[in-house]
Amino acid sequence: MVLTIDGIKCEFTQGQTVYEVAKENGVYIPVLCHHEQIKPVGACRVCVVEVEKARSLIASCAMPAEDGMIVYTNTERVLKARKLAVELLLTQGHHNCITCESSGNCVLQDLVYSLGIDTPRFNEPEKLKELEQANEMIVRDMNKCVLCGLCVRACNEVQVNQVLDYAGRGPTASVGPAFGLTYENSDCVFCGECVRICPVGALIEKQGRFKGRGKDLELVRTTCGYCGVGCQMDVNVKDGKIVKVTTPREDAPAPNNGSLCIKGRFGYDFVSNPERLTKPMIRVGGELKEATWDEAISYVAEKLGSIKKQSGPDAIAGFSSARCTNEENYLFQKFLRAVVGTNNVDHCARL
Amino acid sequence: MTNSIADLEQSDCFLITGTNTTENHPVISTFIKRAVTQRGAKLILADPRNIELAKFATVWLRHKPGTDVAWINGLMNVIVSEGLLNEKFIAERTENVEALKETVKKYTPEYVEKITGIPAEDLKKAARLYATSPASAIVYAMGITQHINGTDNVKSLANLSMITGQIGRPGTGVNPLRGQNNVQGACDMGCLPGTLPAYKKVVEAAERKPFEDAWGTALPDKPGLTIPKILDAAEHGTVKALMIMGENPMMSDPDLDHVEKALKKLDVLVVQDIFPNETTAFAHVVLPSTGWAEKDGTFSNTERRVQRVRKAVQKPGEALDDWQILSLIAGKLGANWNYTSPKDIMDEINKVTPSYAGITYDRIEKAGIQWPCPNTEHPGTPILHSAAFTRGKGLFSVCEHIPPAEETDKKFPFVLTTGRILYQYHTATMSRRSKGLVSRTPDAFIEVNPADAEKLGITQGDMVDVSSRRGSIRVSAEVSNKCDKGVVFIPFHYTEAAVNKLTNKAIDPVANIPEYKVCAVNVRKAK
Repeated sequence: MVLTIDGIKCEFTQGQTVYEVAKENGVYIPVLCHHEQIKPVGACRVCVVEVEKARSLIASCAMPAEDGMIVYTNTERVLKARKLAVELLLTQGHHNCITCESSGNCVLQDLVYSLGIDTPRFNEPEKLKELEQANEMIVRDMNKCVLCGLCVRACNEVQVNQVLDYAGRGPTASVGPAFGLTYENSDCVFCGECVRICPVGALIEKQGRFKGRGKDLELVRTTCGYCGVGCQMDVNVKDGKIVKVTTPREDAPAPNNGSLCIKGRFGYDFVSNPERLTKPMIRVGGELKEATWDEAISYVAEKLGSIKKQSGPDAIAGFSSARCTNEENYLFQKFLRAVVGTNNVDHCARL
Repeated sequence: MTNSIADLEQSDCFLITGTNTTENHPVISTFIKRAVTQRGAKLILADPRNIELAKFATVWLRHKPGTDVAWINGLMNVIVSEGLLNEKFIAERTENVEALKETVKKYTPEYVEKITGIPAEDLKKAARLYATSPASAIVYAMGITQHINGTDNVKSLANLSMITGQIGRPGTGVNPLRGQNNVQGACDMGCLPGTLPAYKKVVEAAERKPFEDAWGTALPDKPGLTIPKILDAAEHGTVKALMIMGENPMMSDPDLDHVEKALKKLDVLVVQDIFPNETTAFAHVVLPSTGWAEKDGTFSNTERRVQRVRKAVQKPGEALDDWQILSLIAGKLGANWNYTSPKDIMDEINKVTPSYAGITYDRIEKAGIQWPCPNTEHPGTPILHSAAFTRGKGLFSVCEHIPPAEETDKKFPFVLTTGRILYQYHTATMSRRSKGLVSRTPDAFIEVNPADAEKLGITQGDMVDVSSRRGSIRVSAEVSNKCDKGVVFIPFHYTEAAVNKLTNKAIDPVANIPEYKVCAVNVRKAK
């Protein structure tokens, strides 16, 4: 089956949306309330396109492609409608980019900029809403919410935690836990999927606030150090310190496809805890005293050497760690087997 | 896992047992919940506790802790008597089915109900769902393994998958969820007393040989001791030196009084770790090492996917990576190791570990690869046992129900079961130093059923004393329907209420896994 987008003939398969076909063929249509892992609803109208013989403009993210369809993504009518949609989004709330953590990484900001909206056409609204920041993980700034509903749908469709939903109508419409509860007092488990998916700056990692954003951050892709799922995540680093942990908003890799749990997303601050061990120590007279590496290594080697000599290699044993890398575990058992000469090596697999 | 995480989304039916997945493998639980809510997959949950997944379950089998062989044999009894076996799979891929049929004969739903408390009709419903769904996956964790018959529990699940042919295809399989980031890799790398890297047996000369050649030395041919036996040997004075790299047995092992006695008896205890902990308190030497954010290397996840770990920040103070510390000690003892980076070590692993031969840093730069991966052209193996089992034909093992090592009595009338919670991790050296995680669950608790609480005069938040034959702890009461009457649950993360003071060090004779999931305790309101 074939449709035409901006004059380009595009092949597609049954079930694809106009937006998906355009994306596959390199035609850019902006989206805001749409995400590849979530069912489309066509709520924000940013992705509207003109379709020949159709009465009105059509939300491309929710429109199934049809054979022979002729689509225009960039006509004056489309641009006018798109601009109006974004201007209306801007009227709701208070979009202050100056201190926003999502600045430079915000779908709304990109849209406003690319559509050249230099002054919001409609008046700024009522007084500011208070930030919800009682919990240690997530700050909710509902002044920046554009009601795209992606957080609600991610909570229900991706994580299936069933905590967030829509409430109210018209100007009082909102998203959040039931009965207007805070995240902290609801059944929220702080997986942070809503933070990952939020296209604006309404949901933010609390510990990372004012510590660096966008271009200031170096992203280091690594594997989570908690359970055995092996989630892929990006450690955001500035000035040698971890600012936050994120996952890619789109095209996120297996096995977790961008999802994390509270431990992976928010449980990293132990890394810089002042109680970290920083110097070797040897027990002297019942107390652990700081030593040099040379002293500590010599002490260990001497003890192991003399015990092996007196009692044989099987008087020595080692517990390796499921927390350490493959390379370290490999060396640990090689050390016990090839250097000490015992198979007394095990680790916490059973515990 | 025989299958892959992504594969779970293709299952038509799940049998989930001994895993509180939403808390302990939250991201894997999302695959299961999506399959159930969005595709109508069926979910059979077998768990003594009313965990979150019970909300999503088609059938919830609430068995008494320590009765797993009985209910699994019961499922097979129904499958045999109702003719729901996969005869073709059994004939082509397995052996010894007659012995299995004979064994499960007596495990009628009515007999199983008496042992387990599972209503006979629920058991029948579960058996039919599992056997007749096009693709059924078994998912389990330590609720299955941490018993004196943990090996039999796992074998029984394997029997169930083979008798119905629910293995070797997408959406099926027997899938253990591994609880720690690199527990799979530590096993793969030979940190087990009987096996070298890639599970080559230390007792087989031919399997030892390639390592002896690569490492240039003869290797010991007698299997070593497992952790519980090392601690016993330490207590008896036959093991005199213990090196611990990133473990905390003074929190994680059963019967902590015994562990303490064992550690105190050692001539030398060397601990490499990132924080002072309950075990470093007994160490003669403490060596500061690095965590995942500060080093390069690889972890192997629960689906056998080997993935990169990358250094993001500098190590603190004089800390060194564990591989550097090991190299220093080995060098001092005369070894000629010349590793300059984790990549050097992986190059050696590639050479001596057939299942990792094709998993090089270059190949996993962007995405991990699942072993077995025998060469650098091989794409990895998402599903195991698709054409044959490791030994050729799948062997049905005969397993009978046995009671737990310690049963309740007048003095200790409650069954204590232990585990983890969402907001903490293992011995909590990391998670209790994370502000957000601490804010969610600052203190230890015991889950008590409301009926038991009423009888004991306990209300929400009361401090209670919990005691076993081995020790006693004080902890606050969480009165909820999560535990059934007669059963209590305590997480093992909290040092001030270390539940492993209470647990029983009885172990499975094959795997040497302790019976953390069942011991007898008494509970009373603290005075």
